Amino acid sequence: MATLNALYQELILDHNRAPRNYRSMDNANRRVEGHNPLCGDRLTVWLRMEGDLIEDVAFQGSGCAISRASASLMTTAVKGKARPDVEALVDRFHRLVTGSLDPAETELLGKLAVFSGISQFPVRVKCASLSWHALKAALERPDAVVSTE
Amino acid sequence: MTFPVVALPLPPPASRVPGPAAPLDVQRIREDFPILHQRIRGKRLVYLDNAATSQKPQTVIDAITRFYTVENANIHRGVHYLSEQATAAYDQAREKIARFLNARSSAEIIFTRGTTDGINLVAQSYARTFLKTGDEILITGMEHHSNIVPWQLVCEQTGAVLRAAPITDAGELDIEAFERLLTDRTRFVAVVHLSNALGTINPVKRLIELAHARGIPVLVDGAQSAPHLQVDVQELDCDFFAFSGHKLYGPTGVGVLYGRQSLLERMPPYQGGGDMIMTVTLERSTWAPLPAKFEAGTPMIAQVLGLGAALDYVSSIGLERIAAWEHQLLTFATERVVGIDGIQVIGTARNKASVLSFVMEGVHPHDVGTILDDEGVAIRAGHHCAQPVMQRFGVPATARASFAFYNTLEEIDSLVNGLLRVKKMLA
Repeated sequence: MATLNALYQELILDHNRAPRNYRSMDNANRRVEGHNPLCGDRLTVWLRMEGDLIEDVAFQGSGCAISRASASLMTTAVKGKARPDVEALVDRFHRLVTGSLDPAETELLGKLAVFSGISQFPVRVKCASLSWHALKAALERPDAVVSTE
Repeated sequence: MTFPVVALPLPPPASRVPGPAAPLDVQRIREDFPILHQRIRGKRLVYLDNAATSQKPQTVIDAITRFYTVENANIHRGVHYLSEQATAAYDQAREKIARFLNARSSAEIIFTRGTTDGINLVAQSYARTFLKTGDEILITGMEHHSNIVPWQLVCEQTGAVLRAAPITDAGELDIEAFERLLTDRTRFVAVVHLSNALGTINPVKRLIELAHARGIPVLVDGAQSAPHLQVDVQELDCDFFAFSGHKLYGPTGVGVLYGRQSLLERMPPYQGGGDMIMTVTLERSTWAPLPAKFEAGTPMIAQVLGLGAALDYVSSIGLERIAAWEHQLLTFATERVVGIDGIQVIGTARNKASVLSFVMEGVHPHDVGTILDDEGVAIRAGHHCAQPVMQRFGVPATARASFAFYNTLEEIDSLVNGLLRVKKMLA
């Protein structure tokens, strides 16, 4: 049964209270807006890429605890990583929150495994996914607006 | 049962007769709503999402079950027993609705899919036919999307311009601004009676007087008001009034558009098909008289009967008593919720009903909704299909508790306890 504690774990509450890399970025070379039309939430993700490498990443916007914590943890997970690794991570995270990730793969996600409870709350999956959609779009094409719909 | 087709006043229904309003026996009433007796996530269900849709009394459920079990037939067609019975029951429901709204005649009652469908009917049949480039349609800044988008569509089709009267920080309509926006170019006014996002009751009678002084017809969006306020379309003098069955303790898929007969007569059909015609040849057709002209195709017969049963139920209690209890619920809930540090109520109009919209500092409404759900408390979190209202108050969303007469003071305690838990977890 879906329990509230599976959703609002301490790590998520912490990143909601004090989101990491929560700022705008002047010297970014990628900037993407994510939009969840269902709830009106918007967030912006900035990247500074050096070739294939994510040199810096930041985000800002309005959203629920789940979307803020997810964006915050995402920035800590992808900073300094190369594009192919990040794309693999995006794919793995997507399978985690939709409940289709092999449990053996979950541990490869490190701290992000804290979102494993999300799949029990179908209406909240989009909250956890929003920043990741934006990140993916930023890697693929700069200055895109993405929507969870 | 016969019904006057000319403008004869109908006898007032029992609930309209003024008298001392006895308090409601809420526990007795709750017995009539089977859905309220279940547990959600191990907790007693506290249903506070009535502005989204209301729950159904057993009599409504029974009326629908009975129809499909022993009464089902198409209407206005067969010569057989079941069809005659179904036709009579369908027509009788229309008369009930005419009495409920105090319409002059049941010819002024059009069955629709819901409020949205009714507004679209007026936009497409009235406004699209009679408006032209440069004409203006006036709405307010507190409309539901269903009273914005149909007018935007008709503006694109006709070249008319949509104007919106602003609202104040309390969530009340700025009447002076509304008056200023009524100009020689204004050809139509559409206003919400009771705001679903703010709970504000608009002074629609006054707004209608102002518009009529300039000869402008007015549509009232009654989706939220029909379940909570006594509506008398003759007293309001509105030209159109639209509401939904499912918010009035009836089934989904049925709604009502009241229209002033003289206007409905001038309007072309909205949809073509069976039942709405007088004669059809391959060259041309002529239309059936009201109300059939606006009801093409086989209607939602079971839902109409269900709505009739819902109106019988509501009338047996009386909207005055319903409104009096709901007022107490709203007052009590507002006092309790405002007492929680960090909560701000969005929509503090002097005249409100049934809706308590709020935000909690540092906590997103979706988290409020999810944590309350874990307590068995159902509320709405989001923009309530009123994004311009959210923009006006500078919030992406609000949490909204909305009440019905089957709610109790204890349920408001559950809401408050849940909000305290939200605060402890997230704020």
